[in-house]
Amino acid sequence: MKKLAITLVVNDTEHELLVAPNRTLAQVLREDLGLTGTKQGCQVGDCGSCTVLLDDEPVNSCLVLAAQVTGRRVRTIEGVADGNRLHPIQEAMVEHGAIQCGFCSPGMILSAKSLLEKNPDPSNGDIRQALSGNLCRCTGYQKIVEAVADAAQKMGRA
Amino acid sequence: MGGKYDVIGGRARRVDAVDKATGKAIYAEDLRFVGELHGALLQSPLPHARVLNIDTSRALKLPGVKAVITHKDVPATRYGVSPARYDETVFAIDRVRYVGDEVAAVAAVDLETALEAIELIKVDYEPLPHVLTVDEALAPGAPQLHDEYPGNLCAEVHQEFGDLAAGFAQCDLIHEHKFVNKRQDGGFIEPQHSIAVYDHTGQLTLYSSTQVPHYVQRTLSMVTGVPIGKVRVVKPYVGGGFGPKAEANPLDLCASFLAMRTGKPVRMGYTRAQVFLHSRARHQFFHTMKTGFKKDGTIVALAHQCHLEGGAYSSFGIATVYYAGSLLGGPYRMKHMSYDGYRVYTNKPACGAQRGHGCVAARACFEQQLDIVAKQLDLDPIEMRLKNIMENGDVTCNHMSMSSLGMKECIQAVQTGSDWQEKRGKLPPGRGIGMASGFFVSGAGYPIYRSDTFHCTVTIKVQEDGGTVLVKTGAAEIGQGSDTTMAMIAAEAIGIPLEAVRLVSGDTDYGVDLGAYSSRTTLMTGHATKEAGLAVKETVLTALAQELGIERQRLDLKKGLVQISGEPVDFSALRTKYIKEHRGWTDHPDGEQLTFTEAARVAFLKHGTIVGTGKYKPPVLGGLHKGAAVGTSPAYGCSAQVAEVSVDLETGQIKVERITDAHDCGQAINLTSVEAQMEGSVSMGLGETMFEEVKFDKDGRVLNPSLGEYHIPTVLDMPEMKCIVVETGEPNGPFGAKEVGEGAIMPTIPAILNAVHDAIGVAIDELPLTPERVLKALAQAKQG
Repeated sequence: MKKLAITLVVNDTEHELLVAPNRTLAQVLREDLGLTGTKQGCQVGDCGSCTVLLDDEPVNSCLVLAAQVTGRRVRTIEGVADGNRLHPIQEAMVEHGAIQCGFCSPGMILSAKSLLEKNPDPSNGDIRQALSGNLCRCTGYQKIVEAVADAAQKMGRA
Repeated sequence: MGGKYDVIGGRARRVDAVDKATGKAIYAEDLRFVGELHGALLQSPLPHARVLNIDTSRALKLPGVKAVITHKDVPATRYGVSPARYDETVFAIDRVRYVGDEVAAVAAVDLETALEAIELIKVDYEPLPHVLTVDEALAPGAPQLHDEYPGNLCAEVHQEFGDLAAGFAQCDLIHEHKFVNKRQDGGFIEPQHSIAVYDHTGQLTLYSSTQVPHYVQRTLSMVTGVPIGKVRVVKPYVGGGFGPKAEANPLDLCASFLAMRTGKPVRMGYTRAQVFLHSRARHQFFHTMKTGFKKDGTIVALAHQCHLEGGAYSSFGIATVYYAGSLLGGPYRMKHMSYDGYRVYTNKPACGAQRGHGCVAARACFEQQLDIVAKQLDLDPIEMRLKNIMENGDVTCNHMSMSSLGMKECIQAVQTGSDWQEKRGKLPPGRGIGMASGFFVSGAGYPIYRSDTFHCTVTIKVQEDGGTVLVKTGAAEIGQGSDTTMAMIAAEAIGIPLEAVRLVSGDTDYGVDLGAYSSRTTLMTGHATKEAGLAVKETVLTALAQELGIERQRLDLKKGLVQISGEPVDFSALRTKYIKEHRGWTDHPDGEQLTFTEAARVAFLKHGTIVGTGKYKPPVLGGLHKGAAVGTSPAYGCSAQVAEVSVDLETGQIKVERITDAHDCGQAINLTSVEAQMEGSVSMGLGETMFEEVKFDKDGRVLNPSLGEYHIPTVLDMPEMKCIVVETGEPNGPFGAKEVGEGAIMPTIPAILNAVHDAIGVAIDELPLTPERVLKALAQAKQG
């Protein structure tokens, strides 16, 4: 399969890549760029583990072809903290015990980040709606919802 | 809380949480090895067939293919979970028994090539008639799956405790109840993934998404023939297990054989659909319970029958069929109990252990029956339960000892916490409230293979600078929080802050640990960790006492500081020596008390590396009857839950509005993690109650092998949960701790069922509670 030259801006760094047209964004992030924080739980868009932000919008990166998004901005979990300083959502997830096996956490955090950027003061229902595409089998979601609500409050105060 | 202990009992941040929040945590699929190959599996498309011929020649010729293996290339060694029922081989030898049975495996330079090669393998099958249900499998003349186990009976159990006939003769009311759940999927978010590396010295290292490195190590050694001392199994972070990852899987074995054959690292992973085919998740159980009561609600006798639809192989099934009966011995006092259990082979993926192993459907059936009978006897279901409840020190009729049991406290906590008195019987039509109880083992009393082995060993090494200790354990952190729990126990035992503890785990090189199953880790590995910590403390303080010229008894450690009782002791020489040794460092101790760091340095200079070791195995437990090993445990955790539901009487749609949950974990090590286990248990139980069902077509193919079609709870399905932690202090647990991981799921299904019963006046005895099933029950009730 003939490879295509694409440009991806991942976590503020521009990458020039040669990718086969059938490769997904999730595969390219994980395999070509070594950004394995993006998880793959189903590869068909059901579980949300591979959620990344594409121009600030959450997408299942397993359903996006890398070649389709040339030139666009991608934010992965590796680009959420500021060096060693956790983002308030990460901090709250850690503090509230909202992380167990951790496999859904990167996608969950990115969905929450997108929500709080658009809606800094979300209701419990808003939070649940925003996270409804991210499956978690460990937590029952309660501590995740509490963490996002707490992060929203702290970010509002900052 | 907080007063008695310095580290445990509070709310610690998990030691793995930051790595997991930032994407740095490494899971099996994230590992990379230079020169690695990609493997793929050829699995049977038929539910039952003779394998006449396998032609791999075209696959082998495909450029990029490095190896193709079938049963001809590997030993015919039979393996499985229980040695009493080793009924699997790496590849089908002459017969495939379910859609998904392994026939061949390929290693190639990339996944695409491996998958293409799979397509090129030609297998000639002669289809055989198949059985998909318990009834079909048990019918006279039914096709047989295993010649060694005639009648498709994988295992059967017959037990009687007390005197059933005499028991029933005393009863005022005898009620018979049937209940059936559906085959479930584990639904962990990380599909299994394995990478095998075989080096020139003959050492085999397997990186696997497993709950049980120890058992995988044993199975690999047994099947590959590599001596066990040269087999190392490493568990990176694992994306959930819940039971199905508690045995060596075909990826572990095939990757190992392919690595041995090619000399290259080989990775293999399941797709989500393959996760459903491998299964090893919750069985379907058909329960019939005949229970006798006195008119005041006293439970007297239970005659119980159960059939389990098991799939094509045993997996954990022998333990499952015992568990389905044995844990009805409590938490209510009952003198007479009989159990007849049958696990039946079918041409479907094998079922195994899943959270609440074997007991969840049995518990649902029994607790639903209690509610039905309470109604008949005009008793409040909570009062009826409290009337029969066991307490600390009680022993069940099947010889399980409740060394601590806060069941009564849990029931009372949810009664108050849910405002039960204000709600029960007072809600409008379509609204309901129900409750249930349950309990579970804190670790199986015996290993899966018959052995006197320690169930776990732990080593704690004091780092040479004395600043930190390193805990080494084979225990399997799979998301439940065992790494944090062990770090906290080590810190508490030694008398140092949590920050001074580093921990490595999940590697067979670090010691024996039977793994994460049967809710065993906190109690068992906790014991070993505590023992190792106390050994470290003893060595360090003994050396310090000698150095200071005082009695050992005068010294203790607390929060990283040395406590000296009696007359003040001049330790200035010791401190000066320490500071001179660390010239140029900026963190010299300058407080009024000696630090653990200084004391540990003294010990190091005296003895060299300071190491403490710990081990644990339970004492001899349980009765002498056949199957007594299943269900016996050094301790039992217990739970009570109240569910509140609303039912749309027009559409049959149920919404679970609220769950109030209390669990007795003995002593919380990390309170946040205890609640997290409780909440997670409720969500898995709710999924099984409301929508989870693996469905098959008539040819044994899974109809819904995806997380889109097999619905596990989303955040929108989950109600508000109120968790109450009860701590009774377990005499057999480290610092009084016992399980929470599985006992917490026991009451969820029946609490919801009983709430629905309260809401609509009908007890639904089949899961899941789909709108269709609810409407049917309502229509039937109307017809009377």
